[in-house]
Amino acid sequence: MTGDLGRTIDAIWRIESATLIAGLTRLTRDVGLAEDLAQDALLAALEQWPTAGVPRKPGAWLMTVAKRRAIDGRRRAPMLDRSHAELGRDRDVSQEEAMLAFHESLDDDLGDDVLRLLFMACHPVLAVEARAALTLRLFGHLGTADIARAFLTRESTMAQRIVRAKRTLAEARVDFAMPHGAERAERLASVLEVIYLVFNEGYSATSGDDWMRPSLCEEAMRLGRILAARAPGDPDVHALLALMELHASRAAARTDRDGNPVLLLEQDRARWDRLLIQRGLASLERALRLGGALGPYALQAGIVACHARARTAVETDWVKIVALYDALAQVMPSPVVELNRAVAVSMAFGAAEALPLVEALAEHRLLDGYHLLPSVRADLLQRVGRFDEARHEFERAASMTRNTRERGLLRRRAAECATGG
Amino acid sequence: MRFMMMMIPAVYQQDTPADFTPPVDAVEQMSRYNQELQQAGVLLSADGLHPPATGARVRFGGGKPTVTDGPFTESKEVIGGYWIIAARSREEAIEWASRCPAAAGDMIEVRRIFDMEDFPADVQAAAQF
Repeated sequence: MTGDLGRTIDAIWRIESATLIAGLTRLTRDVGLAEDLAQDALLAALEQWPTAGVPRKPGAWLMTVAKRRAIDGRRRAPMLDRSHAELGRDRDVSQEEAMLAFHESLDDDLGDDVLRLLFMACHPVLAVEARAALTLRLFGHLGTADIARAFLTRESTMAQRIVRAKRTLAEARVDFAMPHGAERAERLASVLEVIYLVFNEGYSATSGDDWMRPSLCEEAMRLGRILAARAPGDPDVHALLALMELHASRAAARTDRDGNPVLLLEQDRARWDRLLIQRGLASLERALRLGGALGPYALQAGIVACHARARTAVETDWVKIVALYDALAQVMPSPVVELNRAVAVSMAFGAAEALPLVEALAEHRLLDGYHLLPSVRADLLQRVGRFDEARHEFERAASMTRNTRERGLLRRRAAECATGG
Repeated sequence: MRFMMMMIPAVYQQDTPADFTPPVDAVEQMSRYNQELQQAGVLLSADGLHPPATGARVRFGGGKPTVTDGPFTESKEVIGGYWIIAARSREEAIEWASRCPAAAGDMIEVRRIFDMEDFPADVQAAAQF
C-alpha cells in the first residue's frame, strides 16, 4: 500500500469512527464490543481498499462490514449451544427469525447516535478522569499512549483505566438512550465538564513545547462544536464553546519566542486569532439569546470577551468585568474567583480598593500554597508604593511556584521593588 | 491546522450573468453538506461569493494600480465561495472536499492556512502592528 492511501484511510477513519462506534453501540449495547467491531472494519478496509479502491461511500462500507461481523458474532454464539442440547428444526426456524429481526434492528436509524455515545461516555457511573479518557479515545482518535501523555500518566495505567471504564459501563447496563429532564441536564453538565477538563489540560499546561497540548485544545473545541451543532438549543453548550474559542484565540500570544509566559495585558493583540474571537463572540451571543447569561460558562466567557473586544489593554471594560465576577462568585463561589475579582476591582477602581479583598483571602485554607495569592498581593502592594512588603510577597510567591519561568518573572519583579520601582 | 477549501464552480467559468443565483436543489444539497461539516465539528467559516461579473480586479504593474471590471474573460478559474475547516491532516481536508455535492466541472482547491508559527522569527516580528 502506498503511504498516500494509508494516510487517506487514516483520514477517513478519523472522520467516520465516532459515527461508526456510536451506531454499533446502539446495536450491541456494548461500547467495548462496538469499538472492536469498528476496528475489524478498519482492518478489512486496510486489506481491501489498496486493491479494490476506496469505495464511494466509505462510511457506509465500514458500517456494513462491521454489522456483518456483529451478525457473525451473534451466529457463532448460539452455535455453541449445539453441544449442550439437541436442536430441533423449529429451533432453527426461530433462530432464523431472530436473525431477521436483528437485521431489521440494524437498519433502524433514528436519532443522533453520536450524541448518545458522548452522553454515555460521560456517564456519572465513571470517575471524571475515566470519562475524559474514554471520550478522548472514542472521539479524539487518540491512541492510549497519547491520552496517557496528555494526562501525565503511564500508558499501562491509562489502558487499564479505559478498559475498566468500558467494563463499568457494560456492567452498570448504562442505557444507550438520550436521558430526559433533570437527568439530561445533569448528564449534559458532565459532558461539558469533561470537554472543559480536556481543554484546560491542554491550555493551562506549564510545559508549552509539548505538541500534545495544543492538540488537546483542538480536540476539546471540536467536541464543543459537535455538541453545539447537535444540541443547538442548550445555552451552556454555546457558552462553553465561546469560552474555549475565546481563550484559544490568545494561544499564540501567551508565550514569547523563548517560551516565557506573557501576561494578558502585555500580550501583542495583533497575534490574537480573529476568526476564533469572531466565532467565540457569536457563540456567546447565542448563549445569551437562549437565556443562558447567568450560567458559569457564559459568565466566564463574558469576562474573556471583555478582553477580546478591547483593541488595546487600556480599553478593557474593567467595570463590566467586576460585575461579571460578582455574578460568577454567586453561581460558582470559590476563593480563586474572589481573587480574580479582586484583580478586576484593582483595575476598575484602583489597587487600594482591592487590597482589603485580597487580604481577606489570606486566611483561606483552599488558597494555602497557591502562589497567585502572594503574587497578586505583591502586585497591589507595589502599585500603592509599599515596596518592601511587595518585594517580600514576590519572593514568597516565587518560592511557591513550580514553574521555573514564572519563578524567574516573580524574582525580577521582587528586584524591581528592591530598587523602589 | 486550518484549511481553506476554495470552490471554483463550473458555472463561474462561463459568462455568468450578474444576477445569477444557484438553483434551489443545489443549495439544499450544499446546506446538507455544510451541516455535515458542522456536526463533525470541523466547520469554522463558510461564505459564497457573488458572480465575477459584479467583481473587479485591481492590478499592480509598478505604477498606479489599474482596475478591470468583471467578468474576467481571460481567466477560467474564478472562486465562487470558500470554507475554512479545522482538520487534523491534509488528507482529512481533501477527504472532506471530496464529499462535497459539487456539479460536474466544479473544482475545489484545498490550501492550508498559515499559522503564525509557520513563519520564521523575522517574518513573525515583521507581522506585528
